[in-house]
Amino acid sequence: MHELSVVASIVESVTELAAAYPGARVLEVRLRVGALASVIEDSLQFCWGITTEGTPLQGSKLTVQTLPVVMHCTACAQDVELQGVQSFRCPRCGEPCSDLRQGRELEIDSIEIDEVEEAI
Amino acid sequence: MTTRIVELRRGILKKNDELAAGLRGRFVDAGVLVLNLVSSPGTGKTAFLEYTLRELRARGAKVAALVGDLETDNDARRLAASGAPVRQINTHGICHLDAEMINKHLEGWEGVELAGLDYLFIENVGNLVCPSSYDLGEKIRVALLSVTEGEDKPLKYPTLFNSADAAVITKMDIAEPCGFNRELALKNINEIRPGIRIFETSAKTGAGIDDWLAYLAQAHTARHGLQDPL
Repeated sequence: MHELSVVASIVESVTELAAAYPGARVLEVRLRVGALASVIEDSLQFCWGITTEGTPLQGSKLTVQTLPVVMHCTACAQDVELQGVQSFRCPRCGEPCSDLRQGRELEIDSIEIDEVEEAI
Repeated sequence: MTTRIVELRRGILKKNDELAAGLRGRFVDAGVLVLNLVSSPGTGKTAFLEYTLRELRARGAKVAALVGDLETDNDARRLAASGAPVRQINTHGICHLDAEMINKHLEGWEGVELAGLDYLFIENVGNLVCPSSYDLGEKIRVALLSVTEGEDKPLKYPTLFNSADAAVITKMDIAEPCGFNRELALKNINEIRPGIRIFETSAKTGAGIDDWLAYLAQAHTARHGLQDPL
């Protein structure tokens, strides 16, 4: 629901960074989004074109890597990956888990840019 | 042209997270316990908070509230009837509160010094999706659910319920005519957030409020090692 403000923050961050590479074009922006981040990829993609227009990100591609929820199961003494977000129980032993290790990420992983080479 | 990949690993809500961390530090230093109340529109956050403010004040605790809505100051006026200082935050279309809005509304708040408070309540905009992503520097995030909303609300909005520290079921006085299945609701909340404290309350009858107040007092004492304000 707040994907537009999320996209606006991404554009701001990447524009700031791109300023260090004058003349460069941003080709791709890669995100890491946890399954519990409340952000839907379709909505991000929908906002991408409009928000990037007229910025150094115009025409770039947005790639989203979705991260599953990982909990620490005390009974099994190890980190376990959940299959969904409907039950926070260890998929191995069935015990409830409350120690979240992954799933809330909402970050820019990396960007790919096309640099202008200096004229020789 | 050469292609280059620049690693960033930068949180998209980094600015909010940094501001929230700053607020959290201020709240700890001031010895004020801060709670963020989140639910759908119409759950009864304001009625529950009105009751809570009134009871805490009657017990001598120093309380204040910030209340978020898209428009109107209706809720602030309702809450202010408790006698507590209340400030309205109008987001004008934004579906959640963020740390910057909290920061801004703490400034120049007449008659309110953080260090003079025991509890500060933040009533978020009615929304079960977006507020889960925005840390406000609170110590306790409270997810509220009313008996009229359906027992599967926690399963439908796991992100928010999983990020909560306490859950409050409101409108228990009309649970029966609503055909509210209490066991199922408790089971669903526990499925999403195992072991969470759950309070079954009514702002009409006062049911469950004593337990809730005892929880607040305990959280306040545990946090600051201060004397129980109640």
